[in-house]
Amino acid sequence: MIRRGLVVHRVPIGNGVLVGPVLMRSFRRGSTTGAPPGRCHGPGRHALRPRDHQGRRDRPRPVRRCRRGAVDAAAGAASHAAMPSRSSDAIVVGGGLVGAAIASGLSERGLDTVLLDEGDIAYRASRGNFGLVWVQSKGLGAPWYQRWTRRSAAEWPALAAALAARTGLDVALAQPGGVHLCLSEEEFDERARRMAQMRAEAGNHGFEFRMIRAPELRDMLPGLGPAVIGASFTPYDGHASPLALLQALHRAFTAAGGEYVPAAAVTGGRAAPGDFRVETAAGAFAAPRLVLAAGLGNAELAPLFGLSAPVRPQRGQILVTERARAVLPLPSTTIRQTGEGTIMLGDSMEEVGFDTGQSPPVMAGIARRAVLSFPWIAELNVVRAWSALRVMAPDGLPIYDQSERFPGAFTANCHSGVTLAAAHARLLAPMIAEGALDPVLAPFSAKRFDVPRAA
Amino acid sequence: MFRARPEAGPATVEVLVEGVPVRVPEGASAAAAFLLAGPAAIRDTPVGGGPRAPFCLMGVCFDCLAEIDGVPNRQACMVTVAPGMRIARQRGAREALR
Repeated sequence: MIRRGLVVHRVPIGNGVLVGPVLMRSFRRGSTTGAPPGRCHGPGRHALRPRDHQGRRDRPRPVRRCRRGAVDAAAGAASHAAMPSRSSDAIVVGGGLVGAAIASGLSERGLDTVLLDEGDIAYRASRGNFGLVWVQSKGLGAPWYQRWTRRSAAEWPALAAALAARTGLDVALAQPGGVHLCLSEEEFDERARRMAQMRAEAGNHGFEFRMIRAPELRDMLPGLGPAVIGASFTPYDGHASPLALLQALHRAFTAAGGEYVPAAAVTGGRAAPGDFRVETAAGAFAAPRLVLAAGLGNAELAPLFGLSAPVRPQRGQILVTERARAVLPLPSTTIRQTGEGTIMLGDSMEEVGFDTGQSPPVMAGIARRAVLSFPWIAELNVVRAWSALRVMAPDGLPIYDQSERFPGAFTANCHSGVTLAAAHARLLAPMIAEGALDPVLAPFSAKRFDVPRAA
Repeated sequence: MFRARPEAGPATVEVLVEGVPVRVPEGASAAAAFLLAGPAAIRDTPVGGGPRAPFCLMGVCFDCLAEIDGVPNRQACMVTVAPGMRIARQRGAREALR
């Protein structure tokens, strides 16, 4: 199987695309291992998971960084090298919204793609998402982020249509524009200043927005509270069902021939330019392309493959009401009504490390602001509440990189897995398939954090 | 959440199920009153509009949602009857803004 892997490694990227998925798969099908194509239940795989009476080999080994930044397992590297691995055109680490979007984009382009998912011990930001497809707050002082977000929002209808056609799932996309409600004159003035700065920074790309005062806003939003002074509005905003999106991306990925591997926490691996091997709790995998989309897990994984992803958790809490008939025509930054009728209330930004608990004072604050915005929300029962951890870079922007030391290894990190899903599936995945990130993504390189801090 | 069942006492408490008077023993739940009164469904689901009747009777399944004394989406199995209580079918999702 190793030999088979190497042969596949050496199919140049261009050839791989020209040969096409069918031919490449049948090539693999004809290999001597007897392993079913697209599956890793071949006889060799069991050798990776000996019965537990042998003790040590069963336990995932801690990953140790080698001096040169290459990665290797802590013990028995030589025997690992002899382990058979499932070879493919691309490995994506992380089965959340970012990983699934990229993986589905890669598999649609004919790349035989394996998607490795950690399991229920993962933090799973994609399960706790608020569900906005949101543009208006993104990229103050960083117009490249504003443009990337706008492009994703513009690609979203095509993504939703493609997912519906391929999976039959409706991801409940609505892009009617959105508002950010301001509860004081100070908030309103500050918001107006920020929006004007965004427009100035957008330059020739333009940035449409309006600051709307309460009297006009009352006609747009039923039952608006007297505490609301006004709002900023942009036509680019919207929302979708994050869970339906995650399910649809996974289904589209497997329908296009991708292989989803659950319970596959990465325990080690090796890197060489265009040649990667990943050891996991569910077996070993090899490919010429490796995409690290493991959310907070990228902080530890990236350095092993010549990359950097200094992300930290930032907690957000969400409350959800019982279902009500459609009442809110527009989403706001922190209040939206879902397609099923529940009203979601967010959000908080808490620096509490990896604590996924909830805190009543924060929940009360979320509820209070929601009721000030729309007093009728007080009459609705809150039926669910949870917290989740955002994946935050030091400057809050996404990180996209290709390793200079090990070309073929990429990172993708962001805290907007829903908003950017369309960009990841339809813009980023093709770049990864081609082996080069577009220059528009250069400002998102983690190299931006490598500057020495001023004293 | 769990309480001993009331002694099978006489049906002394009169409530209105969809406007129709029905007598139930003291301590009975609104869902029990509804089942005794006999309409087919206590609610219609918010998205598909399907009919539902009380099911788990222990506060878990939310299939007994009803409008009780004008308050929508109450779990009828968790509400104890009171004289004159009005129990009405929950038709789809509630109105948020009334």
